[in-house]
Amino acid sequence: MSTSPVRELELDLDAFEGPFDLLLTLLLEEALEPREIDVAGIVLAFLERLSEPDELDLESCGEFLVLISALLELKARALFPEEAAELDALEPEEAAEELARRLAEYRRMKEAAAWLLERLGTEGNRWFRLGPAPLAPPAERRLAAQDPAALASAVRGLAAPAPNVSLSHMALRFPPVSQFLERFRRLLSRRTRFDFDSEVEGLSRVEQAVAFLALLELRKAGEIALSQAAPFAPIRVSTVENERISAWTARSA
Amino acid sequence: MDSTLRLIVSNPVDRLARTIEALLVVAAAPLSVADLADAAEDDPERIETALGLLRERYAEGRSGIVLEHVAGGYAFRAARESADACARIFERPVERGLSQAALETLAIVAYVGPCSRPEIARIRGVAADSAVASLIERGLIVEAGREHGPGGAVRYRTTPLFERVFGLESLAALPRLDDLGEADDLRRRLLDVASAKAS
Repeated sequence: MSTSPVRELELDLDAFEGPFDLLLTLLLEEALEPREIDVAGIVLAFLERLSEPDELDLESCGEFLVLISALLELKARALFPEEAAELDALEPEEAAEELARRLAEYRRMKEAAAWLLERLGTEGNRWFRLGPAPLAPPAERRLAAQDPAALASAVRGLAAPAPNVSLSHMALRFPPVSQFLERFRRLLSRRTRFDFDSEVEGLSRVEQAVAFLALLELRKAGEIALSQAAPFAPIRVSTVENERISAWTARSA
Repeated sequence: MDSTLRLIVSNPVDRLARTIEALLVVAAAPLSVADLADAAEDDPERIETALGLLRERYAEGRSGIVLEHVAGGYAFRAARESADACARIFERPVERGLSQAALETLAIVAYVGPCSRPEIARIRGVAADSAVASLIERGLIVEAGREHGPGGAVRYRTTPLFERVFGLESLAALPRLDDLGEADDLRRRLLDVASAKAS
């Protein structure tokens, strides 16, 4: 199967270099943006190829026209996405007017660019210094005008000793730990185990904390055993002897 | 002799002119009358008078240094007659190798700006990303906010350096767009083609 001569057309554009066929493939795969492609450059390359004798036939010219038209349409849609529908609906005269407006706008900008280039030529003999400016001075903190009497009064206010403020109402009253030590010992002399949470229920947060300290003291002294089925589950308190019996029973079972 | 010298030295406008000279020598960019008035702690009208004195003193052909009104302010530059000597040891990185695409993009930003890359691409018909990047790098254009709405494209405007490089007092010194190109002729030719197609 022979490949189309149009598709083999070698291109050397700013955004792409290679055969036309590859360019079309890249565009279809959206690996290249249509707006990046210089369509005029492709047409010029084709015209150069066309000028070579016995290289291209009419069929190839037709194929090229179809491909380049499709590419132009793709590019136009990419450049004017929101205006495409409006342009489709225009009458030939209106479309020509719109096209003329855009071309005139571009032509004026090209002329402006030419004017700038010419200006560079005439102003090229103006030499001036380029460089960073010296640093700006640090910002000065300016104070508003002050009344000396007001300043003296403010200083006097600062110099006066501060009044003693009573903090007695903020003092925490801790019940003695010994109170709970005795309470728990009494409890364990009557029962082999008890539930800590239910025992301290109804007490203030401070009293509950002191009760817990008492529990830790008893555990440290080896008077009790503590167990908890899961984190945050009720703490079970038992005598050490009772705990040993329970453990032995569990192992025997 | 002594009394004459004292008279010159004590002339307040001349003293102000010397202060302005000093400020312009240190400045890296043109200083406006307001800038000079702030720095010299003097009246803008007196600054204008002193500048008149300096413009006369530093006129083209009278000194190796020329005072010019450019980019909305005043700046010193070398006299044109010394341009060749300057060119032997100094470089012009800002305008060297400006491509056609960059010049067209610069013209669009100067006339239409602040404008975004999509607007530039709409007028030129090709993407302007690399031209915009090159102009930013040269310091000829800078970002100037974003288009309205969420995710609006960044807009660009020309810098005072653009006006200085092209020797413009301000953007208003650019020629009117209507004076550039033959738009009417182009419109007439296209309309002719359209009428022929319609008939």
